[in-house]
Amino acid sequence: MNTRHYAAARRTRSIGEKLFEVNWGLVMLIALIASVGFAMLYSVAGGHFEPWASKQIVRFVIGLVLLVVIACVDIRLWMELAYPAYGLSLLLLIATTIAGKVGGLGAQRWIELGPLQLQPSELMKISLVLALARYLHKLSVEEVSHPLTLLIPLAMIGAPVVLVLAQPNLGTAIILALDGCSLLFLAGLSWWWIGPAVAGVVASVPIAWQFLHDYQKQRIMTFLNPSSDALGAGWNISQAEIALGSGGVAGKGFIQGTQSRLNFLPEKETDFIFTALGEEFGLVGALALLLLFAVVIGYGIRIAMSSRSQFGRLLAMGVTLNFFFYILINASMVMGLIPVVGIPMPLISYGGTAMMTVMVGFGLLMCVHVHRQIEIPRSAGTIL
Amino acid sequence: MPLFDRKDKSRYATFTRRTLLVSGGMGAVFATLAGRLYQLQVVEGAEFKVRAEDNRVNVRLLAPPRGRILDRFAVALADNRRNYRVLLVPEQASDGVKPTLAALSRIIVLTDRQREKILRDVAENKPFVPVTVVENLSWDDFSRINLQLPYLPGVQPDVGETRAYPYGEELSHILGYVAAVSPDDKKHDDDPLLDLPGFRIGKRGIEKEFDAEIRGTAGVERIEVNAYGREIRELSRDPGVPGADIHLTIDFQVQDVMAKALGDQSAAAALMDVETGDVIALSSTPGFDPNLFNVGITTEQWQALTTDDHNPLMNKAIGGVYPPGSTFKTAVALAGVDAGIATPDFTVFCSGTYKFGNHDFHCWKHSGHGAMNLTSAIEQSCDIFFYELSRRVGIDRIDEAAHALGLGLPTGIELPGERAGLIPSRAWKRATFNQPWEQGETLITAIGQGYVLATPLQLCTQAARIASGKRVSPRLTRYIGHHQQKRPKIEPLGFSDAALSAVRAGMAEVCNTPSGTAYSWRITEPGFEMAGKTGTSQVRRITREQRLEGQTSTDNLPWRFREHALFIAYAPVDKPRYACAVVIEHGVAIQHYQVQMARDILLFAQKRDPVNLPAAWPVAAASIGGKG
Repeated sequence: MNTRHYAAARRTRSIGEKLFEVNWGLVMLIALIASVGFAMLYSVAGGHFEPWASKQIVRFVIGLVLLVVIACVDIRLWMELAYPAYGLSLLLLIATTIAGKVGGLGAQRWIELGPLQLQPSELMKISLVLALARYLHKLSVEEVSHPLTLLIPLAMIGAPVVLVLAQPNLGTAIILALDGCSLLFLAGLSWWWIGPAVAGVVASVPIAWQFLHDYQKQRIMTFLNPSSDALGAGWNISQAEIALGSGGVAGKGFIQGTQSRLNFLPEKETDFIFTALGEEFGLVGALALLLLFAVVIGYGIRIAMSSRSQFGRLLAMGVTLNFFFYILINASMVMGLIPVVGIPMPLISYGGTAMMTVMVGFGLLMCVHVHRQIEIPRSAGTIL
Repeated sequence: MPLFDRKDKSRYATFTRRTLLVSGGMGAVFATLAGRLYQLQVVEGAEFKVRAEDNRVNVRLLAPPRGRILDRFAVALADNRRNYRVLLVPEQASDGVKPTLAALSRIIVLTDRQREKILRDVAENKPFVPVTVVENLSWDDFSRINLQLPYLPGVQPDVGETRAYPYGEELSHILGYVAAVSPDDKKHDDDPLLDLPGFRIGKRGIEKEFDAEIRGTAGVERIEVNAYGREIRELSRDPGVPGADIHLTIDFQVQDVMAKALGDQSAAAALMDVETGDVIALSSTPGFDPNLFNVGITTEQWQALTTDDHNPLMNKAIGGVYPPGSTFKTAVALAGVDAGIATPDFTVFCSGTYKFGNHDFHCWKHSGHGAMNLTSAIEQSCDIFFYELSRRVGIDRIDEAAHALGLGLPTGIELPGERAGLIPSRAWKRATFNQPWEQGETLITAIGQGYVLATPLQLCTQAARIASGKRVSPRLTRYIGHHQQKRPKIEPLGFSDAALSAVRAGMAEVCNTPSGTAYSWRITEPGFEMAGKTGTSQVRRITREQRLEGQTSTDNLPWRFREHALFIAYAPVDKPRYACAVVIEHGVAIQHYQVQMARDILLFAQKRDPVNLPAAWPVAAASIGGKG
């Protein structure tokens, strides 16, 4: 019955037709942003492609291929794969967390798969969005706010958040929670739930503090009073601010950033690369990058709105918001607005896992775009 | 489409509404981020630029070369010597620090203490910071290390600069010395150079007096460093201003003769140009080796210097005050003539004793001199004559004459630690003891005893003023760098020609008539004869009992109770050019060593005649090109 419904929705298109449907303007925009990243990696290496820029280019190209492939796969397949993907991610997450705890190695965030390192928490960002979109797809606005139906998505969000927190990886846990909650919000969760929930979160802050690790508490204390640890953790924040601030309006020029070149800037190629950009290209460069990000997010919102299926809308907004939360947390962190929580700047920071998460996300976004006309019946989701 | 119910439309409407809400929220976030960027990069941008510069730029001070101290013929009396030293950069010592030191110690001597200090320095610094291994190496050792350099990775030969005093003790009291900066020095001086490790400042003598000029101005080197403090490159370099050379009036040749003449006595001497006040030689013995203080003096050496009863650390020529004894009679004589009392007819009969009130005042010659006039009284240094003269002249006019001769006041010589001496007066006695002046004290003052005190340099000034009739003051410096030292206009002394002639005649007879007190040690070479006045001054009074026992001399007493021996002189006698004063502490002896010393110094000075030789500056320097 379902297959008949899917088939009835629209006839299957050829790969060529789908490629034509891909929004290449958005792809170019993504490539442009990634190129800014390559340039910065080239710069912080003192004007060399090694060791960062060259690898990052390779990763981006792989990600680009992945994006297009994912975009051309029928969205209904992704919908069917949503729960299995979530289940697998959860299992891997449990495995890493347990292995980490048992192994006594402290922060355990990835699984060694031969030469590959798999970060289940990154995988979960995508899987959670897929699974929630799949689950919420079948619910009416009223049903979303029903206490019993609400329990299931809350558990779907809660389980990975708790596991990731236990790793411990506060930044990713926050992103997962934000991704999940915003999907509930978009699905029409009643304000009667939202109001008390927000109040509850605020009220629970002192309790949550008890569960934070010492290093997390230290980061927050340092954030609130950077001079308390001017040479330790506060060093990162103050050096990042010096890098950004000293860039001024026009910046010091390409490969002329003294803070990054002379290693005053911590983790200049990863989490703090945005400050290197701000130092070398000034307010103009930093605002230009933020503008490019905003345009990508605008694309995401437009794609979500134009989708004719609730799954597509929620999926598109889910991955767009995931992208946005990366930017929000990273930029706020390097500008000294929030404590340091190890989240990279998407497409810009050096690193493979975040690049793959973001590119898979864009692949799914593009998939929604390519299949925007496909209508999926509400009941269809229950069959799988 | 039948497949889709109404509820889907309401879902879509809710989704759209809430998406717009979320978009608004995202817009607000981007606005916040942009605002924060504006705050950091525009509002606080200037401040952060400064902090970024502070981060990356290390400012290093460069010590300017210290100015030299030269004599009037440009002989370097204080110079900068090359300091051959060896540094070790731990991170470049590929064999390890300890094995490298072991290899070094096969070439040069390294004590265990040195080795400990080096290892401590290595541990305390970052591995790329050079650590000093040894300093002040000989050229031989230094070149041996250079030869072995390929086998000593991490070892860096280096040539620095350090102060050197090639003539050691002879000039120690004029030049002073340089030494490490003390916390006290920093209280009054905020020159950043003082914080440089190993920096030296002048502590005594010319080195101290002109420290600001000799020191120069710090240079600045701006170096880019990375976050670990490693130096990346030099951004700019301002070498600073080298210290000025100090050109002294001293002639090292004469100084050398003077120092050798004084020998190992505890003595002081000065020689000056009677027309200009230029100090040609100024000596105080014993001296000390100023190089010790630069390199670092040991406790034993310091103990030896401070416990020596000959007081080698004191510049007796300006800081030692002595009762001038009979040399002071010249001042009384000048006052006597100008008061109209010591006329050519004025004679006093010396019986050896002079009754004044209840006291007997004795002449040094117990048997008496017989009838004395002014000239013969100076010649034979008759005390009785000057008792009588001073009683008539009065203390006020004696004070006036003494002050005119430069006694009782600092001469203003360009050295730290000069003492004023003392010419007692009624006012002084009232202020000090709250007692009226007594006439008996005038008599004691007249023979340079009692309260009167003078420095050897003041005595030399006195001789120069008598010789020239001009108010000359001793000066030690000719040029500071390129600036000629200002000289006050030299005024006439204020005594009448008759007075000056009478005193000069007396002083000439002291040396050149057989009955004169210095005749035995006169200058016999024609044209170089000197005129002078001897003096002895009591350190301890000879008591009435001792006198009755026949003791009139202190020669047999312990050294520190013996009388001081003094002599002031000028030469040549008829057309004076040089004035000299010699004081030997506790140096009274029949041989009048102080006169012999003055004779040797004056004879050498006249023959060499440095005042009339062309000085090396600025003439010679101008021919080289000078500063350009």
